[in-house]
Amino acid sequence: MLRFVLKRIALMVPVLLGLSVLLFAWVRALPGDPARALLGERANPESIARVTERYGFDEPLLEQYLRYLGALVTGDFGSSIRTGQSVTESFLERFPATVELALAALLFAVLVGIPVGYLAARHQGRPLDTIVMSGSLLGVATPVFFLAILLKLVFADWLHWLPTSLRQDARIDATHLTNFYVLDGLLTREWDAAWDAMVHLVLPGLALGTIPLAIIARITRASVAEVLNEDYVRTAESKGLTRRLISRRHVLRNALLPVVTTIGLQAGLLLSGAVLTETVFAFNGMGEYLFDAIGQRDYPVLQGFILFIALIYALINLLVDLAYGLIDPRVRVS
Amino acid sequence: MKTSKNRRWRLGAALLTTACLGLTACAESDRGGSGSDSGSDSGSDSGGGGGGTMVFAGSAEPVTLDPFFASDGESFRVARQIFEGLVGTEPGTANPAPLLAKSWTVSEDALTYEFELEDGVKFHDGTDFDAEAVCANFDRWYNAPESAQSPDLTYYYGSLMRGFATGPNADAAVYESCTPAEGTATVKLAKPFAGFVSALSLPAFSMQSPSALEEFQDDAAENPTTTEYSTAQPTGTGPFMLDAWERGDSVTLKANPDYWGEKASLDSLVFVAIDEPKARADALENGEVDGFDLVGPADIAPLEEAGFQIVNRDPFNILYLGINQAVKPLDDIRVRQAIAHAIDKQKVADASMPEGTKLADEFMPDLVNGWTEDVTKYEYDPDKARDLLEEAGATGTTIEFNYPSGVSRPYMPAPEDTFNVIRSQLEAAGFTIKPTSDRWDPDYLAKIQGTPKHGIHLLGWTGDYNDADNFLGVFFGQKSFEWGFENKELFTALDEARALPTVEEQTPAYEAINEQIMEYLPGIPLAHPVPSLAFAAGVSGFQPSPVQDEVFNTVTIEE
Repeated sequence: MLRFVLKRIALMVPVLLGLSVLLFAWVRALPGDPARALLGERANPESIARVTERYGFDEPLLEQYLRYLGALVTGDFGSSIRTGQSVTESFLERFPATVELALAALLFAVLVGIPVGYLAARHQGRPLDTIVMSGSLLGVATPVFFLAILLKLVFADWLHWLPTSLRQDARIDATHLTNFYVLDGLLTREWDAAWDAMVHLVLPGLALGTIPLAIIARITRASVAEVLNEDYVRTAESKGLTRRLISRRHVLRNALLPVVTTIGLQAGLLLSGAVLTETVFAFNGMGEYLFDAIGQRDYPVLQGFILFIALIYALINLLVDLAYGLIDPRVRVS
Repeated sequence: MKTSKNRRWRLGAALLTTACLGLTACAESDRGGSGSDSGSDSGSDSGGGGGGTMVFAGSAEPVTLDPFFASDGESFRVARQIFEGLVGTEPGTANPAPLLAKSWTVSEDALTYEFELEDGVKFHDGTDFDAEAVCANFDRWYNAPESAQSPDLTYYYGSLMRGFATGPNADAAVYESCTPAEGTATVKLAKPFAGFVSALSLPAFSMQSPSALEEFQDDAAENPTTTEYSTAQPTGTGPFMLDAWERGDSVTLKANPDYWGEKASLDSLVFVAIDEPKARADALENGEVDGFDLVGPADIAPLEEAGFQIVNRDPFNILYLGINQAVKPLDDIRVRQAIAHAIDKQKVADASMPEGTKLADEFMPDLVNGWTEDVTKYEYDPDKARDLLEEAGATGTTIEFNYPSGVSRPYMPAPEDTFNVIRSQLEAAGFTIKPTSDRWDPDYLAKIQGTPKHGIHLLGWTGDYNDADNFLGVFFGQKSFEWGFENKELFTALDEARALPTVEEQTPAYEAINEQIMEYLPGIPLAHPVPSLAFAAGVSGFQPSPVQDEVFNTVTIEE
């Protein structure tokens, strides 16, 4: 097992190296000049030249890349052109926000998606199945930003039940240790802060979780329906086992494999797909920051953040592969 | 074993269900009332003015808390609470007024400025504010290391004081020396700079504690904007002090109990960043913030109807229709005049700018020294426009009209709408328009200011301080891709006006230049859109400033 994990981690190195080359080339191929973006209306040829020189953008590309790679090896991802803040530091500040949001969305998607999909499969062809399937189709088809705005309109603007923006009420004097606000609140026993952070996750979590929910529900339904027709289920039924026992021991366990794969893929997508939700809810996460960085041609932030995301994506995939082994011992053997 | 697994599964499920139910139920109960409720029991206990916590939303986070290295509005907004300069502004105007300097005198040759300083003022760290501290600040700016002389770090010092002690522009430096004496600091300039006192009202020239700078700042650092001083130890003399800056979250200030002037009523002041105007309005309506800047034009009426206060700043900006004379037939004065006569500015403002917007007849607002009534005016007259066009032999010629998308600037709240109105007016007067839209960030500016490939275009500027050169010099000081003309007479006039030693001498010079510009008509000044802020009903005492010299010590909030 350890060898397997180490081998997988070793394989990530060439992948990330290749990605660093692609990213470096890609951000520089974007039309537009970071110096001009930084200076805005105040730009003039002289100021553009000075800023370009300060960041070394006038040097040959290969030289720039080698310098970048050299720093990367020592763990230095560079500093933002816009704020001067180190990329690693800003990532560590923003990433927890996005992870919290993605987890909230995933929790919602899994907790609702799997039971709903299971029930639909159990009631194939009946009204419940039709409702679930049409609902999930609607869920997949609804653009995230539209849903986000709709949720905000109803629950925040009209009903005033939930907050519309930020991660925590700015009036709460909360201690932040890890930048996972819910966790921080729990660790420091500042219950009001933890609670407030959770409340701030509800609307963005629902908005972001709807598409994964719909997908998970559909995959669960299909998978459960397939397993229900397997011989071993019929055998179990004929042996007189209770329906509950069959469901838990035979159906769900077997049907969950493709669902876990989907959850893993969705988790990765959620991390990178939170941009719109974060923008609508001013959530100050990684997505919003990255989006601004694209507009500003903030090369170090673009390169650094995407590399970090790629690394995390690869790690999530590794975890999913390990989870296979826990659910299905045959995978472990092979 | 199996039993324990089952138990765990059930326990997990039960916990999750409880959490989910709880989440919904409490979300409802907690948010039922006004957002300011939580402030009273969990706000900062700084022991300041006893007036609670105010949350104010800007559009972005500050870049740094050391204003010397800042040039963005959000950094300056925070800096104005923590720091003060020698010079402030008269409330509601852009005119310089005493602040840390009680008064000043200027020598006959306009090269020596003697500032008489306020007594008994201390920095937040207890350091005395005196003439030594003033000169330490002047010397710090002038001696900035070359690594810090880049315009993305020291834009204001570099462009206003023209150069530093070292570096490529050292010969052009306006500053020469500062001499401290009991209660006065004497600043000598190497060459006259009429806008010197006005420039000192910018937060970039704030007085900072020399001892705190010594201990926590490193101007030679690779990124002086992210040092300990710039993120956690900014030390000024202002009515608020930094409590904490949590990047990506908020900047929290607390009242300075020893402030020398009018002490803050608020206990603490929290700045948060909400990017979208609509999201800021939602946050105000939902009680999450008590006020915000840059109200979207579409949000003004709904907010007012819902009982929120809209506060307008006197506009200190200009929106214009630029004309690129490198493209024919725009180099023909008759064509430019035809464009001017074809535009009904009032209709343009009504359709795409907030109420209170002033129409523009020249390239700067009337608050700026050198503005004059006596410029050539081009009244709306489509028939005259058609005649002029025919006279120039340009009827039916296609003109490219560039405008930005995906942006809202204080001087240009809704560029797409502005474009649409002007386009229809120009077409009605006989022009054929080819619309070209580019994303603002960063394509539009790159095209307009960095290439000659554009025709007429929408752009503008928000002024920094009361100096005509800060408008006219920026636009027409030299040959540029944006305007595409070479008018030596105008360039020289601007150079000479800038070099005049006193404001009194500059006034007639800039008035003459304004007349010259509006006769030459390099573009069409359109309007000065009014920037708006919004506040909850319980907020009072906010004093809007055209140059955003807005300090929250006068603000009170009902709990």
